[in-house]
Amino acid sequence: MDAKDILLGLPKPTTTPTPLGHQLLPLPADKKSRPPKESQRKPDGISREVYALTGGLAPLMPSVDVNHLKRRAQSENEKITWQWLPFTSSARKDNLQLYHWVRVVNGVPPSGDYSFAKYNKSVDVIKYTDDEYEKHLTDPMWTKEETDELFDLCERFDLRFIVIADRFPTSRTVEELKSRYYSVCRAILIARAPAPGDIAGHPLVKDPYNISQDVERKRALSMVLSQTKQQERRDAEVLAEAKRISEARKAAKGTDELEVPAMTDTVPDDNDGAAAAVDSLSPSPNAQFTSGAIAPPVSEIASTLASLRMMRVYLRTHALEQMVQAASSSAGLRTIKRVEQTLQDLGVNLKPKVPTKAVCAEHLELRKEILILLNLQKQLQYKEAEGSSYRDGLYAETPGTPPKRVQRAVEQDRTFVPDSFSFGGERMGKRDQKRKAPGRLLEGPPSPAQSKRPRKFKASDG
Amino acid sequence: MPQNLQGECQPDGTNESTPKIQRIKITRPSEDSEKKIAVKRVKDVEVSVPIVYGTIAFWLGRKASETLSHKWTVYVRGATNEDLGVVIKRAVFQLHPSFNNPVRVVESPPFEISECGWGEFEIAISLFFHNDVCDKQLDLYHHLKLYSEEDSGPQSTKKPVVVETYNEIVFPEPPADFLARVQNHPAVVVPRLPATLSLPPAPVQEVHESGRGDTKDHTLSPWFVNFSEADELLKLAAARQQFLHDRCKLTL
Repeated sequence: MDAKDILLGLPKPTTTPTPLGHQLLPLPADKKSRPPKESQRKPDGISREVYALTGGLAPLMPSVDVNHLKRRAQSENEKITWQWLPFTSSARKDNLQLYHWVRVVNGVPPSGDYSFAKYNKSVDVIKYTDDEYEKHLTDPMWTKEETDELFDLCERFDLRFIVIADRFPTSRTVEELKSRYYSVCRAILIARAPAPGDIAGHPLVKDPYNISQDVERKRALSMVLSQTKQQERRDAEVLAEAKRISEARKAAKGTDELEVPAMTDTVPDDNDGAAAAVDSLSPSPNAQFTSGAIAPPVSEIASTLASLRMMRVYLRTHALEQMVQAASSSAGLRTIKRVEQTLQDLGVNLKPKVPTKAVCAEHLELRKEILILLNLQKQLQYKEAEGSSYRDGLYAETPGTPPKRVQRAVEQDRTFVPDSFSFGGERMGKRDQKRKAPGRLLEGPPSPAQSKRPRKFKASDG
Repeated sequence: MPQNLQGECQPDGTNESTPKIQRIKITRPSEDSEKKIAVKRVKDVEVSVPIVYGTIAFWLGRKASETLSHKWTVYVRGATNEDLGVVIKRAVFQLHPSFNNPVRVVESPPFEISECGWGEFEIAISLFFHNDVCDKQLDLYHHLKLYSEEDSGPQSTKKPVVVETYNEIVFPEPPADFLARVQNHPAVVVPRLPATLSLPPAPVQEVHESGRGDTKDHTLSPWFVNFSEADELLKLAAARQQFLHDRCKLTL
């Protein structure tokens, strides 16, 4: 039933709905109450629902006119028949008689060879005489019988070495077979050539088959192919890290930088090797990083200088600002504030009143020196803190793991102290430590109130 | 900031050399109209032009009214009062929109604008250089101060409020023609040139028709601040010394 029928409401819903609805149900009694659309007969041979999909009308797109279709050329001029006829193929060496359907035009069957015969190609495998074998082709690893067998198989199987290897009586790897075949061919070629120069350009002579290279190549290929997804990801990470490190190094060293060995072609084989290399690389940028903390980052300054040079014109104060920013790029906000505080204490203007070239240079140098010294001070404080914790002998385990609290009551105070030290030790790596006076922890045991605090206390509470 | 800062003001004849102040809207010179011929530049020679820019504001005293309390001048001058016209082609001063023709173009030195008003605002100064110098403009900003910071009693018509800023225009790779032209000019600081450097012959220096371009005898010159590099250098050097000394003591 059409939805419209329901909506419009038939007075007498006696029409039984057919699920497939192949036929319209013209009930003469209800004819006048039907909506006009339904009275329109739909074409036969198409289900009602399908037709309804198109909106109950014929499709708007003009159907292909039969006249537009290409006509088979000259079907009227000639008489075409199809006949079941025998044929021969030049590709066949036997006399097998095969039959097939043939399009006969006006009683004349087609002439010519079987159309697929031209695809019957084969490889010209070299044939050597026994004499030649004795003279040029003897090999300690190969008997004559084997070599003959190999060549026979090559002939039969068109140099499909995988198949040949399979069929070969004794077990030889594909690479060995290839090697033998190509070296024999090469030797024959050289022996038969009237002059060496003639065949110098022949690919076999120019680039002989290198078995070890081939074996290695296939091994590498299989390794790459069989890498798990995890390994792939690790490799990608390693490469990215290496690239990053090498770039960072390049930037830092300026023009005379050392070359980070390229990791690319060793990836499939040297997964571990690459990881090891990266490990050895990462401590060095770390070391560089800490030294970078001591000296303002050279790369930033260099790039700022370069960008200033690119500008056609700029103000001296602008240049100074950029350089100050570059020099302090590795420092946190608090450090910068301390630098400025120091400058003020020394009676120096934060922005020079007379920014000449010399003045700006001096100002920058002063800032850099303050920065260096502040960083050194910080490092010194940390080292001191660590050193004293070692001295106290309570710094038993790795930083972050607090020592076991066996005698809680008695040692509560004492065990609390190494927490702070281990905490401080843990923070050693981080550079912008905001603790003002970590040395305070060295002064005697902390007050009882502190021992009540949970292990994880903030460094800023020190 | 209240809207209307404009005042009608006749610059009284205190300024001797009246530069041509053109009250026309300027169109930004299009980069395309400049020749794109490769400019021969001199590397590793940094040319700098020390300038001072700022404002001097006088209280009008008895003549002051609500809308016209001060008379002020904004300017850009050479730090040693030399003629900047050798480098700067024109200066554009952007005043508060309530002024008539707030965009003031000065085509020849001395690069300055005098006006009357009652309010303080930020003035944008754009410096345009000669074609053989640089085709990029340089922008400076200066806040006009009319009222002095010290709470000295009543204002005086004799003592102006002076705010000057020292800076240097740096040309990192100056064109050879420019360098040839200015290498001996007092307004421009040119370092010792390498002996191997050969410059094109310097063109004849043209004299400005509207009078001298330098500000040595400018009316306002008594108020100009003398920026001494030596002072600051000394202070800085002393600071470095002291700092190192103190810190070394601490770490030991």
